[in-house]
Amino acid sequence: MDILQILSNTAAQILSPTTIGFVLAAIGLAVHFGFTGLLNMGVAGFMAVGAYGFAISILTFGLPWWVAAFIGILAAVVFALILGIPTLRLRGDYLAVVTIAAAEVVRLLFLTTAFRPVTGSADGLSGFHTDFRASNPLPQFSGNVGFGPWSYSRDQWWVIIVGVILVVIVLLFVWALMRSPWGRVIKGIREDEDAVRALGKNVFSFKMQALVVGGVIIALGGIVTAMGTNVNPNVYVTSQTFYIWTALLLGGAATIFGPVLGAVLFWVVRALLSNLLPALVNIGALPFLSGEQSQMLVFVLIGLALMLLVIFRPQGILGNRKELTFVK
Amino acid sequence: MSSSPMSSDPTAPASRPKTTGLHQGEVRPGVAKVDPILIADGVKRQFGGLTAVDVDHVEIPRNAITALIGPNGAGKTTFFNLLTGFDKPNEGEWSFNGRSLSGMPAFRVARLGLVRTFQLTKALGLLTVLDNMKLGATGQRGERFWTSFLPFLWRGQDQEIEARARDLLMRFKLDAKEADFAASLSGGQRKLLEMARALMGEPELVMLDEPMAGVNPALTQSLLDHILDLKDQGMTVLFVEHDMHMVRHIADWVIVMAEGRVVAEGPPDTVMKEQAVIDAYLGAHQDVDLGVVTGRVKGEHTTAERELLEEIEDVEEEGE
Repeated sequence: MDILQILSNTAAQILSPTTIGFVLAAIGLAVHFGFTGLLNMGVAGFMAVGAYGFAISILTFGLPWWVAAFIGILAAVVFALILGIPTLRLRGDYLAVVTIAAAEVVRLLFLTTAFRPVTGSADGLSGFHTDFRASNPLPQFSGNVGFGPWSYSRDQWWVIIVGVILVVIVLLFVWALMRSPWGRVIKGIREDEDAVRALGKNVFSFKMQALVVGGVIIALGGIVTAMGTNVNPNVYVTSQTFYIWTALLLGGAATIFGPVLGAVLFWVVRALLSNLLPALVNIGALPFLSGEQSQMLVFVLIGLALMLLVIFRPQGILGNRKELTFVK
Repeated sequence: MSSSPMSSDPTAPASRPKTTGLHQGEVRPGVAKVDPILIADGVKRQFGGLTAVDVDHVEIPRNAITALIGPNGAGKTTFFNLLTGFDKPNEGEWSFNGRSLSGMPAFRVARLGLVRTFQLTKALGLLTVLDNMKLGATGQRGERFWTSFLPFLWRGQDQEIEARARDLLMRFKLDAKEADFAASLSGGQRKLLEMARALMGEPELVMLDEPMAGVNPALTQSLLDHILDLKDQGMTVLFVEHDMHMVRHIADWVIVMAEGRVVAEGPPDTVMKEQAVIDAYLGAHQDVDLGVVTGRVKGEHTTAERELLEEIEDVEEEGE
């Protein structure tokens, strides 16, 4: 068992485009759930809409990558409006039901063979990175460059740089929003929307704005993931939504840095376990497991962690301790 | 409902003069007011087969304290919800300051200056007391999405709002709590906070749904004073309450509802003596101490209690 290799693989996961995409998605979900109290169970749907909007714009319409990214964002806005208009006037749980269904509808639309020329069906989309990679301002180099486990190719570094810059911008954006009077209304809605309504605020409009803002941030997560890898409908399944929820709750739902910490930790732990468990099986330390089963055990442990987290530390790692005293 | 702390309180705020001469013509349900702030006509709300509210005509007098009383299930809270846009009636018209409110969403009603509180207090638990207050102010520039990023556009206004909020908190003796989560306040303090928060919107008509429910006697006094202060500041108050002593002390006008209808209205002293009101709300045996009747508490039987005992015996004999 090569401990160093396992640790190196785990550390490399921190800067992977998938992790950065997760971070963005978790921040978007924090806007939805942590600050506004919207139960969005369709996180994967928002990510898919962003990723496919990005990829299809390039492959089918031949647009430059930054225009394609903008279209991915626009698609998320439209998706949020379609979801929000019928459900945001209803009680919170309805949004949960509608979003989980809508995310599945979106995934199945991308999966169906009817639109194969555009969506690629079950194969997904690939080969849309040329324009994005051509815009890379880094000096030419070949092979992997970096330090320790964080050695990446020139193309990978470009995705990481764009992703990290986006994360910083989004964090500043959410921080500025949530300390403003707008954020105060949003948090008031989370606590009791009727009370906020009685104070003369158009609750529906505020919830719609929050749904769109969070949706756009989640879609950015999908776009960054697409920049680094291919787009495949099997990624945007309901369990993806629950992983992002786990990441958010782990870090702290109503905090700015909670989703960042949570998403990174989630991927570090997941990478560690999925490297470590098969290695343990190989050396015979887990005689009751086969290699394949040990991969499944990772997800069992993640599910267990989510349960323990919600029961014993519902406010997350960075959440305010005082808030725990008044769980409704 | 709650017992009557006011009866044993020698410093009850009854010393302030009542507003009189509010109505025109003979006092009866639906009587016209000299200067009504709110007029409701034919407001009807049905839940399936049950008619919860069926008010033919009612007017709320301006710059006075009006109490809305009635037994549980009389439709008081439903009527409140209808007037403030939190529920939609099956039919009916109502207007505030001559402006029709029919079909208007709740937030717009609130912006017109008709602000309500809730029977089950809605303090925004995980916001600080000060944030709760600041949320109450209307027309905030920083609440618009695109300007919320630009603090220089709203900071000045926010500071004014904060000063006003601190001022109100001082009046309501919550200033020491301003940095605490609203969830850490006691039930009575939450009632105070909710009322203070409603005042941040500078309303003309304040509608309080059971402001005294669950408030301890020590706080009752200050809550009553605050309600009377609202009138002195030119506001109109409409409140639902079960505590008859409180109604007698502070209300200038009383509207009695039963089974969704307005069955009586008038100044508190006269309306509470009406047989219809006593029967519908206070009950026919309101002066009877049930403890004495049942023999659990020792005491002299009054005439009313002897009558009730005889009545009970009659019923028992018939039953046998």
